[in-house]
Amino acid sequence: MGLLRRLLQLIVTVVAVTFFSALLLQLLPGDPVEVLAPFSSEEQRDVIREDLGLDDPFVVRYAGWLGGFVTGDMGNYYTVSSKRPVSDRVADALPISLQLMIYSQLISLAFAIPVGVYAAARKGRIFDKFSNATAFAMLAIPNFALALLLQYFLGVKWQLFPTSGYTKITEDPSMHFQQMVLPCVTLAVGQFAVYMRLLRSDMIATLQQDFILLAKSKGMSSRRILFRHALRPSSLTLLTVAGLSVGTLIGGALIVEVLFQIPGMGLMLAEAIATRQMVAFQSLIAIVAILYVLVNFGVDLLYSALDPRIRHDRTR
Amino acid sequence: MTSEETPVGTLPGTGALLDVRDLSTRFDSPRGAVRAVSNVSLSLERGQTLGIVGESGSGKSVLSRTIMGLLPRSTASVTGEIIFEGEDISGFSDDQYRQFWGTEMAMIFQDPMTALNPVMKIGKQITESLRRHMGMDRTTAHDTAVELLRSVRIPEPAKRFDVYPHQLSGGMRQRVVIAVALACGPRLLLADEPTTALDVTIQAQILDLLEDQQRERYMAMILVTHDLGVVAGRAHKIAVMYAGRIVESAPTRKLFADMKMPYTEALMSAIPRLDAPPHTKLSAIRGRPPQLVNPGPGCAFAPRCPYARDLCSEERPVLRPVEDDPDHLFACHYPVDSAESIEIKDHLRAEQMVAEAAGGGDSDGW
Repeated sequence: MGLLRRLLQLIVTVVAVTFFSALLLQLLPGDPVEVLAPFSSEEQRDVIREDLGLDDPFVVRYAGWLGGFVTGDMGNYYTVSSKRPVSDRVADALPISLQLMIYSQLISLAFAIPVGVYAAARKGRIFDKFSNATAFAMLAIPNFALALLLQYFLGVKWQLFPTSGYTKITEDPSMHFQQMVLPCVTLAVGQFAVYMRLLRSDMIATLQQDFILLAKSKGMSSRRILFRHALRPSSLTLLTVAGLSVGTLIGGALIVEVLFQIPGMGLMLAEAIATRQMVAFQSLIAIVAILYVLVNFGVDLLYSALDPRIRHDRTR
Repeated sequence: MTSEETPVGTLPGTGALLDVRDLSTRFDSPRGAVRAVSNVSLSLERGQTLGIVGESGSGKSVLSRTIMGLLPRSTASVTGEIIFEGEDISGFSDDQYRQFWGTEMAMIFQDPMTALNPVMKIGKQITESLRRHMGMDRTTAHDTAVELLRSVRIPEPAKRFDVYPHQLSGGMRQRVVIAVALACGPRLLLADEPTTALDVTIQAQILDLLEDQQRERYMAMILVTHDLGVVAGRAHKIAVMYAGRIVESAPTRKLFADMKMPYTEALMSAIPRLDAPPHTKLSAIRGRPPQLVNPGPGCAFAPRCPYARDLCSEERPVLRPVEDDPDHLFACHYPVDSAESIEIKDHLRAEQMVAEAAGGGDSDGW
């Protein structure tokens, strides 16, 4: 029942996202072939036009892409010198983007949860004021500025981490993690500030509840009260927002990917837009959209794990 | 089951279990200091029940939380002494209180719908204090918790151990809250309006349960309520609070037989009575509870008191004993049975009779 509704939601989301983004792409001026293969012969150009369906009307082209996508054919991805199936490129880029997303989420949550909890517990005191000020500063710094700062200080000046590049975890795990530190921290800083503030305000509300007073009057330690009694009922908003930011982190980490030379989905999407490759672009967007919906489906499942009242509402 | 015996070391001792002396609680607010509790003294013997009665805002909940040490230190300033088992606990740190809470003193809250953690199984909410204070292992704690659930008359306790609070009714939840409070065998139980949020039919059950548990465990209890009827048959002693002060206190029987304070009388006439003729209008206390910021010099009840005279708004009456009875204390210049008050009472009664005769017996008419 719930699953069927989810599936329908998934389809609607994917179709709407790809259709409207393709429509936007359509508005861009210039001949895609001119951009893709500037030095090619007329015959080569015809082949590319044929492959990308550039001579067909928009709707026909869109339907052609959709038909292909559903059967697993994501089309071809052109670069100036070569052409490869989009699926091959995605197989390379998606894991990278996923790693980037997961690491940065883990880093931001690992700091946001304890800081948010203690800021709420010490509301209005030094720790709270300090962490709030820090959070606002973090929100105010743009990604690229932070990236450059980190690269300059941690990378160049103190030589702690490599400033750019990507190594597969299977090839050289140590190098992989070293290279991921700066980009993930860059992404995590803004997330941390948002998560911390959200958790703090929800925690403050929870700590006013009678059941917290009851736990206190049982003689529970403050740490136990904060983490075992108050954290779980306070974490639903945090979870929602963390789920919603997954899409941004997978497809929208362009600046970080560019600055740190990481060949992820964001970079590929930007390339596809710049070169007007509608088919590849739609496929990439569709993949991000699907992931987004799936992750948020997971978030909904987590809700019921966190709060039994939701669980029992469902089964009823 | 261990909890059916009196907790170790609590043989009926000498002296009061709890002795509160000159206790005041003040909150700082932007409008000035709120004097929620002022100069309250009271004492409670082992195994006995003290009823604290007053309407909303009279400071009774703050008083019980002050005794419990549960008020936030950052906003509440407390002065006076709270002597429990001969030791002044009012200066305890949170760490010292943590050893105390649950094992020596426990509390029951007004609203069982919000007093239990909604995301924790009820069994776990009982076992966590058993494990912390009594050092029980998982299985022992589980079995003890099931026994506790049984003792508060929850049907099928072993099954209920694993349910969440929202799966239980309000009355059942209050039983769970009681089980949580009783878990580590406290010597003093503070029940803050334990039945106010419950269905009338459940109220008596919960009160009976509390009384039985109290007797079995030889536990002292402070029963805070706005309903004089709740404490009437259950408390050994009653303290009536108004505007943060105790205005009358006496052993229950004496209080009902010979109340001195007009406020007590007013609370009394707000209780519906079975022996009253049908459709008798319940009397309400006119006016509002006093504000606790910058109280005037006189008696706080004077603006609402039918017997008030000039002296009442000029000078606050001190809490003094009834002539031949040191147990019965009251704070009033013109107690209910004084010549002055009787005169006014007769006058009021005459007026009312005139009004009733004129209005065709309809005393409701405006």
